[in-house]
Amino acid sequence: MPVEYRWPEQGKTAVVGHEQDRIDGLAKASGTAKYSYDINTKQMLIARMLGCPHAHCRIKSIDVSPALQVAGVVTAKPMKEAGAEIQWPGEPLAVVAAETEAAASEGAAAVQVEYELLDVYVDDTDRQAAEAAGRTAKGGQSIELEREPGEDEDEAEFEEREIQRLLDEAAKEGVVVEADYGIHAITHMCLEPHGSTCEWLGDKLTAHLSTQNVSGTAGQFAGPLGITADDVTVHCDFIGGGFGSKFSPDAWGVVCAQLARETGRGVKLMLTREQELKIAGARPSGFIHVRVGANKDGVVTVWDSHHWGTGGPDSGSIRPAVVPYVFAPPNRRAVHTVIKTNTGPFRAWRAPDHPQACALSQTAYDDIAWKLKMDSYEVFRRNLHTTRLPDVYAAEMEIAARLIGWKEKYHLHGQGPAEGSVVTGLGMALHTWGGAAHDSTCLLRIHPDGGVETSLGSQDIGTGTRTVIAMVVAETLGLPVNAVKVNIGNSKYPPSGPSGGSTTVGGVAESNRRAAQDALVQIFDLVAKKLNVSAEKLVAAKGRIHVSGKPDQGLSWKEACSLLGMKPLEVRGSYSRRENQPSKLSSETVGGVQMAEVAVDKRTGVVQMRKFVAVQDMGLIINPKTARSQVYGAVIMGIAYALFEERIIDRTTGEFLNCEIADYRLPRLGDIGEIVVELYQPESEYNRGVVGLGEPPVISPGAAISNAVANALGVRVPVLPLTPQRVLEAIKRSNV
Amino acid sequence: MKDQPHLTLPRGGVSRRAFLKGSGATAAAAAAISGTTAVEAAESRATFVAAETVSIELRVNGAMHKVTVEPRTTLLDVLRYRLDLTGAKPVSIDASSGASTVLIDGKPASANVVLALDCRGKHIQTAESLGGKDPDPVVKAFIKHDAMQCGFCTPGFVVAVRAFLDQHPNATKEQILNGLNGNLCRCGTYANVIMAALDAAKGGK
Repeated sequence: MPVEYRWPEQGKTAVVGHEQDRIDGLAKASGTAKYSYDINTKQMLIARMLGCPHAHCRIKSIDVSPALQVAGVVTAKPMKEAGAEIQWPGEPLAVVAAETEAAASEGAAAVQVEYELLDVYVDDTDRQAAEAAGRTAKGGQSIELEREPGEDEDEAEFEEREIQRLLDEAAKEGVVVEADYGIHAITHMCLEPHGSTCEWLGDKLTAHLSTQNVSGTAGQFAGPLGITADDVTVHCDFIGGGFGSKFSPDAWGVVCAQLARETGRGVKLMLTREQELKIAGARPSGFIHVRVGANKDGVVTVWDSHHWGTGGPDSGSIRPAVVPYVFAPPNRRAVHTVIKTNTGPFRAWRAPDHPQACALSQTAYDDIAWKLKMDSYEVFRRNLHTTRLPDVYAAEMEIAARLIGWKEKYHLHGQGPAEGSVVTGLGMALHTWGGAAHDSTCLLRIHPDGGVETSLGSQDIGTGTRTVIAMVVAETLGLPVNAVKVNIGNSKYPPSGPSGGSTTVGGVAESNRRAAQDALVQIFDLVAKKLNVSAEKLVAAKGRIHVSGKPDQGLSWKEACSLLGMKPLEVRGSYSRRENQPSKLSSETVGGVQMAEVAVDKRTGVVQMRKFVAVQDMGLIINPKTARSQVYGAVIMGIAYALFEERIIDRTTGEFLNCEIADYRLPRLGDIGEIVVELYQPESEYNRGVVGLGEPPVISPGAAISNAVANALGVRVPVLPLTPQRVLEAIKRSNV
Repeated sequence: MKDQPHLTLPRGGVSRRAFLKGSGATAAAAAAISGTTAVEAAESRATFVAAETVSIELRVNGAMHKVTVEPRTTLLDVLRYRLDLTGAKPVSIDASSGASTVLIDGKPASANVVLALDCRGKHIQTAESLGGKDPDPVVKAFIKHDAMQCGFCTPGFVVAVRAFLDQHPNATKEQILNGLNGNLCRCGTYANVIMAALDAAKGGK
């Protein structure tokens, strides 16, 4: 009889859904967890790269020989040839391996390079200027109109006329907001920089790589090294942050392996902090000009926008398909222009495109409330029918409003009471994300002595992957969590997907639940035979396999496993989205609602977080403890880009000015205010199975906090982050 | 309401990069050597920092370790590369991340801006000393409140909280919010760290 893969009914689980401490919590908290940066091999060399000091130049010559004169330096090699054009600052030019970190740094600084400086272009805020400088490209558009052009009508002309007609109508009957908004580029700022420690045993490479992609990076090493993926082991037990930037070994990973091969020694090459910020990933900026029309009830009838921004030398801002964000009014047009700049290329940043799209469009929705003198909550609520999840949002909005005290505290924009120069305000935003499970395979092994281990080429980017896997297997086999050993972080284990797009918990839950259910069928058969009962009547609970309802009529887990004989039972659990959907274990698409309460000092321009409420659905929750942490963390990362962090580039030289920790402003423990997290899991959500959570809650904070600041001041501070300077400038412009 | 919700980050008095570069480093290294008899005057090596080594003893987590260091070698380098104690992490060039926080004679310090030579005769404690079979209450509180995600900042944070609570055994939430701003976390574990610190303050040693 084929096994039906599903979860126990809600409320009938022993492990899943219960608060569980991380199984690797002690290792992480007491510093024994080994990250790639922490792997020390015998006789190891440390490598450092020389980064290009210029944003745009051509390499005239490069000479690594002075580096070899530095005491402690063992080898040096160029990474670029004479004639190469460099398009962004920090691009690696040469690499030096030495006995110590200090000697390697000194060696890299000794490399002699001659540069021919080229024109630098970095302004991503001014579209007209970029067009005039020939630095733009079309970025596509997304358009939807209720009416269609007549047969002989020119489509473009019709679109233009129709949008204008709708805007005129809105201006007459309701309201039109015409405004500009923006959000600056930020970096990933992984605290463990990108890099690896590489060592060879004969012609086989082991790369201790800091990666979100354990199962997908062996081949990326192999190709450039002239070997095949079977000769590569990628190992990563712990990764110190990735956020979408660590899917590949990168050029510096390959060069690290080359140095190790050439010197016959282990080599560690981690980026410096400065390099990490300059070259290892950024989130594209976005700036928008919007015209949005709504009827007198606040229901949006037409959206027309043009946005631009930069993702580095080759790419632009966000996809027009996500503008406006979450809301899809019946008539809408979003046009995108790419601005090419001499800045570090973008990489996927937690929920790619969504946080910017949310900040660029739900601010405009809030300004409709402001102009109509309506409650923002009402305007958001009245437009829910244009979202894909109206019921989820409506329910979550009610919960969030109750938790933040919206009814009691809300006032119209700029009309709240002031305490000296301090005013307070509320704002909200909505978000969505897919979060479907990635493909995953695991090998579950049950030993005759009762030992249980599962192995898969997954990774823990901070979500608590090990813990979630152990919980799923323990739940299925009726065991305590500590009875399950979890082996992840090695590319020789069965392949599991990269941790991107909030796909990991769903993926590893799928493969492990399937494997454990299959294994249990085989154990049940053995026990049934032994006890002379029907296997269908057996259950696994509290460390025993017994007849349902009769705990005495059964065997302990250990006794049951002894029936396996000499060999362990091995079961492969496999999930593929193409073959196994629909699945009762996982699904996709979530919605979340967030509300912010801020205090703004009109004298200093300082915004202080008072309270932040995040209500989030994620289908079935495996570990509420780590799930809540994901939401807390996402909200704090959101507070970071809403109020503090931005990549600051010198307009003339293209230099990245704040590429050290002390200069790149991020919130600290005292900056975050009170955060309330509500995991939304009614039975309807639980029954959908697991859906990814990591990304969605990082999307709304920008818009929610911007809206709260606008509500407090009665003035829109249009560009994020809302630094004191921008707040004061906005106040000055509006004369409040 | 707090008067200064935004902290000013310490622009590390000693930037390691600046420290190790050029003539300043040579002078500093010379200053560090002076007073020791084990070291002969460094040979003049013109443009580069002297690489003469010194054999010293360091007391780390209760045990004495004999290590050979250069005058410029930081405590963090010794811990990570010689003793394989990698709980303290290299995150910033200065003291602005708190990721390499250790206790030196009971006081918190960023090991990446402390020279190994200056640690002779002192008692160094790393995050590893707070773990083991009977972990420190702060470690337990971090686990209980899930005050970690990727975990790279966590050992430094744990040591900082331990040091803070040693000085403020009955710390209030207000004190915690004002007193633990030296440690940077990118995953956003602050809310959980606050809960853990409060819990450890109430139930800690």
